[in-house]
Amino acid sequence: MTEEKFDAIVIGAGMAGNAAAYTMASRGLKVLQLERGEYPGSKNVQGAIMYSNMLEKIIPDFRDDAPLERHLIEQRFWMMDDTSHIGMQYRSDDFNESRHNRYTVIRAQFDKWFSRKVREAGATVLCETTVTELARDSDGKVIGVLTDRTGDMILADVVVLAEGVNGLLGTRAGLRETPKPQNVALAVKEMHFLPEEVIDQRFGLKANEGCVIEAAGTISRSMAGLAFLYTNKESISIGIGCLVSDFAATMESPYELLESFKNHPSIRTLIAGSEVKEYAAHLIPEGGYRAIPQLFGNGWVVVGDAAQLNNAVHREGSNLAMTSGRLAGEAIFLVRKGGRPMTKENLALYKSMLDKSFVIKDLRKYKDMPALLHTNSRNFFTTYPQLLSQAAQNFMRVDSTPKLDKERATTAAFIKARSRWGLVGDAVRLAFAWR
Amino acid sequence: MTIAVTNLRVEDKLYQNRYVVDSGRPHIKVRPHKWPSANLFALTSVCPAKCYELNDNGQVEITADGCMECGTCRILCEASGEIEWNYPRGGYGVLFKFG
Ligand SMILES: Cc1cc2nc3c(=O)[nH]c(=O)nc-3n(C[C@H](O)[C@H](O)[C@H](O)COP(=O)(O)OP(=O)(O)OC[C@H]3O[C@@H](n4cnc5c(N)ncnc54)[C@H](O)[C@@H]3O)c2cc1C
Ligand code: SF4
Repeated sequence: MTEEKFDAIVIGAGMAGNAAAYTMASRGLKVLQLERGEYPGSKNVQGAIMYSNMLEKIIPDFRDDAPLERHLIEQRFWMMDDTSHIGMQYRSDDFNESRHNRYTVIRAQFDKWFSRKVREAGATVLCETTVTELARDSDGKVIGVLTDRTGDMILADVVVLAEGVNGLLGTRAGLRETPKPQNVALAVKEMHFLPEEVIDQRFGLKANEGCVIEAAGTISRSMAGLAFLYTNKESISIGIGCLVSDFAATMESPYELLESFKNHPSIRTLIAGSEVKEYAAHLIPEGGYRAIPQLFGNGWVVVGDAAQLNNAVHREGSNLAMTSGRLAGEAIFLVRKGGRPMTKENLALYKSMLDKSFVIKDLRKYKDMPALLHTNSRNFFTTYPQLLSQAAQNFMRVDSTPKLDKERATTAAFIKARSRWGLVGDAVRLAFAWR
Repeated sequence: MTIAVTNLRVEDKLYQNRYVVDSGRPHIKVRPHKWPSANLFALTSVCPAKCYELNDNGQVEITADGCMECGTCRILCEASGEIEWNYPRGGYGVLFKFG
């Protein structure tokens, strides 16, 4: 292998790496992809909602053979306090279209399928191989990689770092910093198995329809965090994630948090009787636009979670990973086609393509959201959910209190908790961060 | 929260998972110390696999067999040099069946 030189080496066979490797290999480039897991997907964790549009741009007919679980027709957003939830729910038969918009997937299975497509496109994929170091020439240009498989250097014109949120190689080579604790969330997740009909019944679904729940509130114990429950065909993915900085400050235990969420009266009945088959943990980049590092350099580009490309507000990550991987692959193809070298100057094309896409536009839109939720986590994740629950209960519980007094009590509770100015301030800050 | 989560053993959760342990080659090491920093101490409850534990002398020790390679401890304690963190060799470590 030492003698061989590749047009491109892709590190990682997750969403971003597979998109990049497929894009380049299908355009005739000689691609080597390295993955440390026993098989692609064996190290990867996701909810997981997969967004069709971004995969269609890579593999238009993916529906023919991709392992898809259910297409989503319903989404619920819940604000929870200890005994209740108040929420918004959207279900539409329009989502029962022929080319469904969103699917739940199981990452270990999905990544295996995607990797098969990458190999069919002509790339060489080597699993059970951890890249230990980036090889650089005397000018600092990245010229290849070193792995734990052989001591030898493998050379390539360009290296695509699709190494995920931990991104050891890029940080150790000084290409970017290790993420800060306030910019990454730790999520824990379990897979609960139930017969397909039971899931259909509990969520009012038929024929591969799916439903997802996103929940926030006292379940995160004042930390900035979200919980989720996604329906797969014969299983339910359930999990919760909070900022690492908040975990460190509160010393909450992630699996206790998950256990409490599972035991919440609104959740317990949905997963009752299920068999748990896996417990997983993974980080999610949540720093948003302001945390995006340098994305390209001499002989390298970085894509996906390694580049912090994750939209925490909309819980989108895999689609940003696939899109950044595809655009990096297209940019590399264009540079090569023009007969130009893989220099920083030429690879800037990747960044300009990414800037024009939804990836950077969406992240820029929410650039102030991470800081807001981080510094105000108690208000947004405990105080408001409790107040909303109280307000709803005041409204619904019928006793002999006159309605006017009930409304006054509700208003007074809000003002007592946050003061008039606090309420206005929170609303303004949220509106600005959302804008 | 009123729900009491008693006797919750993370070992029972990890038992569901598949691992190929690289015996004798732990991928995470804790630097010898007298007293743990706040972050290192926090790992005794924040690590989702409960790999970190306080010994009788008040020092933090790691047994990385159940590690899910999430990277949380690296984010919190690598910069200070308190821990040394690497991926397991290719093919070793946690192997998610579903992920
Ligand atoms: C609990 C949870 C729920 C989520 N839910 C959703 C969701 O519903 N929808 C959504 O769109 N996104 C979701 N995300 C985010 C999504 O999972 C990520 O954005 C996406 O996986 C990023 O893809 P990636 O290819 O950049 O990284 P990864 O998928 O992490 O892939 C990185 C790959 O690189 C390999 N690797 C790393 N270092 C090396 C090395 N040195 N040598 C060899 N190989 C290496 C790894 O083994 C891995 O296979 C969720 C994330 C989590 C944790
Ligand atoms: S990587 Fe995650 S699971 Fe492994 S020891 Fe560190 S915190 Fe625990």
